[in-house]
Amino acid sequence: MYKVVSKKFFSDNVVSLDIEAPRIAKARKAGHFVMIRVDEKGERIPLTISSADIEKGTVNLVVQTVGVTSKKLAELEAGDYVTDLVGPLGQATHVEKFGTVLACGGGVGVAPLLPIVEALKKAGNKVISVIAARSKDLIILEEQIKEYSDEVVVMTDDGSYGKKGLITEGMEEVINSEKVDQAVIIGPGIMMKFASMTTKKHNIPSIASLNTIMVDGTGMCGACRVTVAGKTRFVCVDGPEFDAHEVDFDEMLSRLQGYKDQEQKANDDYSCVATKKRK
Amino acid sequence: MTNLTDYLKQERNAAWREELRKSKKNKERTTIERIKMPEADPGERSRSYVEVNSGLTHEQAVGEASRCIDCANPTCISGCPVEINIPKFIKNIECGEFLKAAHTLKETNTLPAVCGRVCPQEKQCEASCFYTLKLKKDPVAIGYLERFAADYEQKSGNVSIPAVAESNGIKIGVIGSGPAGLAFAGDMAKFGYKVVVFEALHEIGGVLKYGIPEFRLPNNVVDVEIDSLKKMGVEFETNFIVGKTATIDDLREEGFKGFFTGSGAGLPRFMNIPGENLVGILSSNEYLTRVNLMGAATTGTDTPVMKGKKVAVVGGGNTAMDSVRTALRLGADKATIIYRRSEEEMPARVEEIKHAKEEGVEFLNLHNPVEYIGTEDGKVKQVRLQKMELGEPDESGRRRPQPIEGSEYIIDADTVVVSVGVSPNPLIPQSLPDLKVTSWGTIEVDPDTFQSSVPDIFAGGDIVRGGATVILAMGDGRKAAASMHNYLTSKANS
Ligand SMILES: Cc1cc2nc3c(=O)[nH]c(=O)nc-3n(C[C@H](O)[C@H](O)[C@H](O)COP(=O)(O)OP(=O)(O)OC[C@H]3O[C@@H](n4cnc5c(N)ncnc54)[C@H](O)[C@@H]3O)c2cc1C
Ligand code: FES
Repeated sequence: MYKVVSKKFFSDNVVSLDIEAPRIAKARKAGHFVMIRVDEKGERIPLTISSADIEKGTVNLVVQTVGVTSKKLAELEAGDYVTDLVGPLGQATHVEKFGTVLACGGGVGVAPLLPIVEALKKAGNKVISVIAARSKDLIILEEQIKEYSDEVVVMTDDGSYGKKGLITEGMEEVINSEKVDQAVIIGPGIMMKFASMTTKKHNIPSIASLNTIMVDGTGMCGACRVTVAGKTRFVCVDGPEFDAHEVDFDEMLSRLQGYKDQEQKANDDYSCVATKKRK
Repeated sequence: MTNLTDYLKQERNAAWREELRKSKKNKERTTIERIKMPEADPGERSRSYVEVNSGLTHEQAVGEASRCIDCANPTCISGCPVEINIPKFIKNIECGEFLKAAHTLKETNTLPAVCGRVCPQEKQCEASCFYTLKLKKDPVAIGYLERFAADYEQKSGNVSIPAVAESNGIKIGVIGSGPAGLAFAGDMAKFGYKVVVFEALHEIGGVLKYGIPEFRLPNNVVDVEIDSLKKMGVEFETNFIVGKTATIDDLREEGFKGFFTGSGAGLPRFMNIPGENLVGILSSNEYLTRVNLMGAATTGTDTPVMKGKKVAVVGGGNTAMDSVRTALRLGADKATIIYRRSEEEMPARVEEIKHAKEEGVEFLNLHNPVEYIGTEDGKVKQVRLQKMELGEPDESGRRRPQPIEGSEYIIDADTVVVSVGVSPNPLIPQSLPDLKVTSWGTIEVDPDTFQSSVPDIFAGGDIVRGGATVILAMGDGRKAAASMHNYLTSKANS
């Protein structure tokens, strides 16, 4: 059992949790993730470690409520427990001094982007971050990203905050005004697809951190497989970061839809139960 | 091994054994027909998770035990990888001493209730039974009897907890909680070590829990064994990946003096044919893990699973049989095995193939998939198959399958489970550069001591053998425990 030490909402459906896991807090590096199972009936889902506090022995996870598990997580209070938490998993981000780095985060992808931005900055890079979401209330961690960025561009689809437009427009603007040596792209699949097309057009080496379906997170099942440079790779052990220009995003997007019907049903069932509980 | 022969002779000369042999003529014993295992009805069981074999009754077990003629030279024992004293346990059953029979099993087998259910007896003990070798008759049902005695002990509420030597305070780490790790842990606890088992998943048991389905090996059978280990003082840490959560070096610093790696061969292989990443195509590990470990088939759990109507399973091993029969239980109308050799070469237990047939599984033997065809939105809808024929034997001694030119055709499938083998888990080798591994990725060990190239690390089970069997994994664990004990004792004395 792993104790939730503190919890705070970034927005209506984005929540940040600090969970006690001293060994993971100590071992983790930027880019690592954990698998979490909320309760005995729960599924195992991957979540990136967005930061950790070695002294307190906690890891910080930022969750957007999309499915049953993330909703259950959002309903936990400080003092509650999750049944299982294992990690740190995946390969850590390759950090070096590239020069100028463009860090692109879409939606809740800003959470896994944060530790990478921090590590890149500390390695002596000039970091320009572009963070984007549909609207103002979905922009998260802006302050924390600012702390480790030389410059931050905020984009919203509806123009309710920052500049109006898609993330790719913000990226183009930066690329046109400055020589970018490396890009990091994290966000929803479709955003990553278009963001990497943008950097490819400008010949900027890019990595994308992929968020496929996972079951065990240890290389045992292949649920997380993707095609990179024509080869099948397992995101949980070979990734989660890959050369963005080599990833078959269309295949990844279609595989992400694999359990859509069941997930939708589970979600409806859960909302129904949750509503009843609240009444 | 003269010791074993002497011991067996001595046991066989015991008065009660002699008396029992005289109580019935061999001629009478050998005319009794082999018992048929009582089974759940194929139609009903293929839609539920009840255990297929229901187990022998007391009378059936005693009757079957009386078929064994208690040979002077019990060839069956040499067929058993852990050399169970088979005649002794069977004769105990014949005279109604069921608990003694269970104790005899446990002298050499840590997990008899498991092995009685999943060992390939037809290739091991039963293949070298006097009945098979000399009489050309059905062998004594050694596996059924093993299960009977072990179940009897479990149900009696009288499970014997092995005596544990006084604690020597030495900490030993076990990596992985499959049969290899469990057997190792049990023996080290008996020697007086403080044993901690680290398991990556949230459940203890390795393949016994996440792989082999409930209808073949109920979880509670495994849990009884785990409970015994806990009572012997073995500690378990789940959600702990050695090499990630903490390294071997971290653990050495925390005072661990020796390690046993039983991390298994858990990595699924794929065939790398076109379309294999379509939605609806998954490894047997994923399929079985969703159902067995995550409870996807039970209402109220959050993990989903594909409930295909036309399910094709590629492969001919136990894992393939488990997957195809799971497909029926998830509501498939049609469940098909696609196997590139013929039934004779199938590595699966004979009983599993029989059960699969009874339950209505179709077999496309001498067939191999060459391509998967998808719908517009990326879901599998068809498999292109190629017919095969058998050529010359390959290095495994099995005849090599060869494609027949121009024999391709297409079948429909909305779910495909790929079950063509597993590779060793690379985590431990990757995190220990000094550890010698083979080109297959298995850990190299001394074949007698199971010690690896890193002196404080021993290894056994599938991580050493590649995908093998429960009994071999368990045997490795026990041998490794004995030799690690030797190693640590002589090191302390030098
Ligand atoms: C579906 C299926 C059916 C089978 N049916 C049969 C059968 O009928 N009869 C038979 O004899 N055999 C059968 N087998 C094979 C048999 O299960 C294996 O040979 C046996 O389980 C191997 O045991 P093991 O202890 O070596 O490894 P495993 O049982 O694989 O256990 C390894 C454990 O180590 C854990 N682990 C791995 N790396 C780490 C790490 N770094 N830190 C912590 N933990 C780690 C894994 O999570 C796993 O739980 C079957 C296998 C499968 C998959
Ligand atoms: S999640 Fe199972 S292999 Fe990656």
